[in-house]
Amino acid sequence: MPDLSDAAKTEIRRLMAQFPHRQSALLGALFVAQEEAGVLFPEIVAQVAEVMRLPESEVTSVASFYHLFRFKPEGRHLIQVCTNVSCLLNGCDRALERLKHRLGIEVGETTPDGRFTLRTAECLAACEIAPMMMIGPDRHGPVQPEQIDEILGKYV
Amino acid sequence: MSESFLLRYVHEPDQGELDAYLSRGGYEGLRRALAMAPEQVTDEVEKSGLRGRGGAGFGTGRKWKFLPRDPAVTKYLVVNADEGEPGTFKDRTLLECDPHRLIEGIVIAGYAIGAHQAFIYLRREFHRARGLLERAIAQAYAKGYLGADIQGSGYRLDVVVATGAGAYIAGEETALLESLEGRRAMPRLKPPFYPAVKGLYMQPTALNNVETLCHVAWILARGQEWYRQQGAPILFSVSGHVQRPGVYELPLGTTIRKVLEAAGGMRPGRAFKACFPGGSSAAILPEAYLDTPMDYDLTKLDVYGSMLGSAALIVMDDSTCMVEVVARTVEFYRDESCGKCTPCREGTVWITQVFDRILHGQGRTEDLDLLNGIAKGMTGTCFCPLGESVPPAIYSTLRFFRHEYEHHIRTASCDVRAAAHA
Ligand SMILES: Cc1cc2nc3c(=O)[nH]c(=O)nc-3n(C[C@H](O)[C@H](O)[C@H](O)COP(=O)(O)O)c2cc1C
Ligand code: SF4
Ligand code: FES
Repeated sequence: MPDLSDAAKTEIRRLMAQFPHRQSALLGALFVAQEEAGVLFPEIVAQVAEVMRLPESEVTSVASFYHLFRFKPEGRHLIQVCTNVSCLLNGCDRALERLKHRLGIEVGETTPDGRFTLRTAECLAACEIAPMMMIGPDRHGPVQPEQIDEILGKYV
Repeated sequence: MSESFLLRYVHEPDQGELDAYLSRGGYEGLRRALAMAPEQVTDEVEKSGLRGRGGAGFGTGRKWKFLPRDPAVTKYLVVNADEGEPGTFKDRTLLECDPHRLIEGIVIAGYAIGAHQAFIYLRREFHRARGLLERAIAQAYAKGYLGADIQGSGYRLDVVVATGAGAYIAGEETALLESLEGRRAMPRLKPPFYPAVKGLYMQPTALNNVETLCHVAWILARGQEWYRQQGAPILFSVSGHVQRPGVYELPLGTTIRKVLEAAGGMRPGRAFKACFPGGSSAAILPEAYLDTPMDYDLTKLDVYGSMLGSAALIVMDDSTCMVEVVARTVEFYRDESCGKCTPCREGTVWITQVFDRILHGQGRTEDLDLLNGIAKGMTGTCFCPLGESVPPAIYSTLRFFRHEYEHHIRTASCDVRAAAHA
């Protein structure tokens, strides 16, 4: 597992300088580290703590609170299927079943080729296109089960 | 007759460009504000009657007046752009379609309270909004709408965008401040009751919602009298079983029925069954309440703790199993509970266990009293409003849709689903 690059450390220091108190940059710093290393391995967390001059235990504790940090390897593209009320009312279950079937995995799993990780999500503030999902940064919806193959095809 | 203004330019593809924004009268509110004393700006906002659009509906001008005027005291402005209440998507719409309006509102608010640093706490999943907002902020700096000596007024304000990391509770104002300080998003002990007294870094802080600040920009641009004549417009996020889900601008106090009609009404062949009038933290209301005005006024919407909240109308038609909807809603609060206090941390787990049982054909008659009892145990005992959001949906459905629970328990099946798919 590689060390955090100098570029990542510089970016973390830039974030720290934006705030009167350096700890405010912590969530942003963890994303910088996660984007580079893919996963917040303990060694990576330790390096974030060192750059930010924070206790490692504090950094680990904060990271573990939020849904968007990852502690084990995931696929190249994260699929987040919203299953909150508006999407439920509009048939997110069918879209989710189709996805599981096409990818051959359950929620929380990653395809063997490392292409996709499938997760459910809470309301993603796009209920006007329910049922909706996000793949990486992109929103898709309303998702009809028949469109799923075509949508997945855009992500290699 | 009021004109739509909050949404007027949302379909203009270039509205996020400073030049286009200026050509449509943008930053006129700021120009007017900078020519006034800060106290006058606050007065103008207070007179407009604007109440915060984040959910609690607190008077915006009044909130700003809680901050000390002493210029020697460092004050902050924090923007709540963490939009997470299920069914709500109006802030995301404003961020993506009119980002300069928010920046204008921020500078006006910062000037009014005497802050020189503002932070926007943006939901991490808002990738598109972040790109547009950061671009708009850079444009505003380049043309002197942000930074030192804004438009030659001598007033200085810097804006930094920080993102969340996936936690609904971070939308609660004190949890947001914790998160913005780089900690777990857990609500703070009250008192002090308002961030205006002790907020970010324990300094006086004004914390406002995205839509609230967009209203501020319009109020200053056109004056509070004009704004009042518009009938206190509010953005409704309408979703669920309607023909045209979307964001609609209507006067505060519009009835549920009229909001539903604005969204095209029910889908063909389907009848209205129930709705959440203010996001999933509100109680569920049946057809008998369709003519209830959607207002902050508690005497109107307060049925089993229902409320206007974030003005997210989630509509359910006659194919909806209410037991399933409430089960999913409670699961949401269970997963998003920060775990700090027992009634919320444990109560949400117990309630979902009872729902699981009922939905899997193993419900017992006593379960309905049990649900009611756990909900009672959570009422008034939770540390923050997240836990208190659970009982309303339980109470209201036990009252209005009790027969559906009973049917599930008696027959281990769902007659609503069976009828809808027949
Ligand atoms: C659990 C919880 C979640 C909340 N989520 C949000 C949110 O996502 N966005 C928001 O603006 N306000 C949210 N609020 C309300 C804020 O605490 C706060 O009242 C509001 O941002 C103040 O701004 P305003 O006065 O302009 O409405 C939430 C409150 C609670 C209790
Ligand atoms: S009510 Fe829930 S979210 Fe709020 S402090 Fe208690 S455990 Fe945390
Ligand atoms: S409920 Fe799915 S995006 Fe809001």
